[in-house]
Amino acid sequence: MIPVSAKPSDPETGLPAIDSTGLPDHVSEAEVRESAARERLEKIRMFMTNWQGMGGLVLVLLFFASAIFAPWLAPYDPNALDIPARLSGPTWEHLAGTDQLGRDTFSRILHGGRVALKIAAIGVSVALIVGLVLGMIAGFGPRWLDNFLLLLFDTVRAFPTIVLALATVALTGPSLELVLAIIIITSIPQYARVTRTATLTLRNTDFILAERSLGAGVFRMLWHHVMPNVVGPLLILAAMDVPVVVTVEAGLSFLGLGVLPPTASWGTILNEGYLVIRDAPWMVVAGGIPLILTTLGFTFLGEALRDIFDPRMGKGR
Amino acid sequence: MLIYLTKRLGLSAAVIGLVVLVLFSLLHLIPGDPATIALGPRATPEAIARYAAKMHLDEPVWMQFLIYVGNALTGDLGVDVFSDRPVTQIINERIGFTLALVCTGMGWAVILGIPLGCLAAVKPNSVLDRVTGVLSVGTIAVPSFLVSIWALLIFAVQLRWLPAIGAGEPGDMHDQALHLILPAFAIGLAWVGYLARMVRASMLEVMGETYIRSARAFGLTPRKVVFGYALRVAILPTITLIGMGFGGLISSTVFAEIIFARPGIGKLIFDAVMARNFPIVQGAVLVATALYIIVVLLSDLLIAWFDPRVRETL
Repeated sequence: MIPVSAKPSDPETGLPAIDSTGLPDHVSEAEVRESAARERLEKIRMFMTNWQGMGGLVLVLLFFASAIFAPWLAPYDPNALDIPARLSGPTWEHLAGTDQLGRDTFSRILHGGRVALKIAAIGVSVALIVGLVLGMIAGFGPRWLDNFLLLLFDTVRAFPTIVLALATVALTGPSLELVLAIIIITSIPQYARVTRTATLTLRNTDFILAERSLGAGVFRMLWHHVMPNVVGPLLILAAMDVPVVVTVEAGLSFLGLGVLPPTASWGTILNEGYLVIRDAPWMVVAGGIPLILTTLGFTFLGEALRDIFDPRMGKGR
Repeated sequence: MLIYLTKRLGLSAAVIGLVVLVLFSLLHLIPGDPATIALGPRATPEAIARYAAKMHLDEPVWMQFLIYVGNALTGDLGVDVFSDRPVTQIINERIGFTLALVCTGMGWAVILGIPLGCLAAVKPNSVLDRVTGVLSVGTIAVPSFLVSIWALLIFAVQLRWLPAIGAGEPGDMHDQALHLILPAFAIGLAWVGYLARMVRASMLEVMGETYIRSARAFGLTPRKVVFGYALRVAILPTITLIGMGFGGLISSTVFAEIIFARPGIGKLIFDAVMARNFPIVQGAVLVATALYIIVVLLSDLLIAWFDPRVRETL
């Protein structure tokens, strides 16, 4: 079935000639494309049959949908007071009960998801982009710059996240922007480190050397050839990072250092529930469930993606 | 080893130096009068004047920084805004509670997690392995502060088996141990999962090595092979993980102390933040961070001691 090529063999070595596409002459380009497509299909099939991955995907989609459509899904205004019905348990009117001001907890959970989604989306994407750039600079730049950036990353990582947040809040007072800034700053190092390691490996490969000798600029090499090779593992890392980010936001809001009280967030719901834990135990239960479902979803999804697309990454974590 | 030791110590010292710089500059990055910001709205004019004199706020900023570093090196971290007691003394009183909690939490996780990981690796795909796998992902996914709240709800509020608040009567060991159980459970739970997974993964890799096959061929019992030979090598990545994860452990300890009203460093920082008592925040954060850096350093040195290959990576 191998198509016979009309191309002559190399006169000096007698090996089959290599044409301009860089393929050995008994392999056609269409075959390569077909094989790549087959491999991609196989991976998607592997993902579809992985119950953890599919379960994770369902939970993640649920998280996105419930946050985006919260205003239409929520049965009540999240800040509407209903004092006579305060601290009621789960009933058909209030599926997750009400809080100490009679606000519907289920509606507040749905709206709290919007805060979590906002923080996760902005925080993870900004941290990923900055980490990618810094990591490539560290891996490709001069040695002293690499060492300096590594020292910076180590310093940022030396602060336990919550402790750094506490120190900053002590001076500025709580705000959502501060939570976002803390999350971005503390998650940059992990993206930067992964990028740096991958860049260092790529730096010594033949195709980068070939490019360099053809006179390509540093920017071109990084943008066209290093970044596409690094971005896959980084996206998987990002999926695994979402639970951390969501947890930090909820934790800080729980301490009263994040989202300010009238706004609903999973953390503020837990905080209000914690204060009335003896009278209304279901509030901390209801407030915790969406948090767990979200972290589980992203963890399962990230792990399934990693196992299928990047098996080497599983080691050393 | 000596070269590695020097380099590694130098790196840690540089990181601690930068941490001090960050903590110092936080105060000066915020617009406004540093003394008023640091002491909060409730401080009296005399306290502000005293603080300004103590911090040498009339000197240039770099001079203030040098004085701050000099004081910190001699163990002087400033004084409490309200009671005028030295910050170092206050931290000394509280740090015992935090260390006891961290050690107990990590301790039970190590005792349970490492053998679980070994057993799962010895029989891959057995029922125990699958159960361990699902359980460990489950425990990792639940945020530790939620474990604290739910443990408080179930065991202290509903079942009333264990005390909910405080650290127990001073001097009464039994009471103090009872107060330790719930917070230690909460901060250690995720670590059981982490450790079991990590040990399982590196154990599976080691069990494929030829020297393990030789040990088996000599007729050693499986228990001797696993715990005597394989675990020694497989434990190395786990030590790194414990070192690196110590920061997360400190974060969850802060939550556990606040939720269970346990008078440790975390509660101290939180209360000081609420009361806008910046000297205490600054001092306690410095101590907590230095603790973390020292643990990472120790774990790295331990690895380098066990594994000569690591010494060449720095």
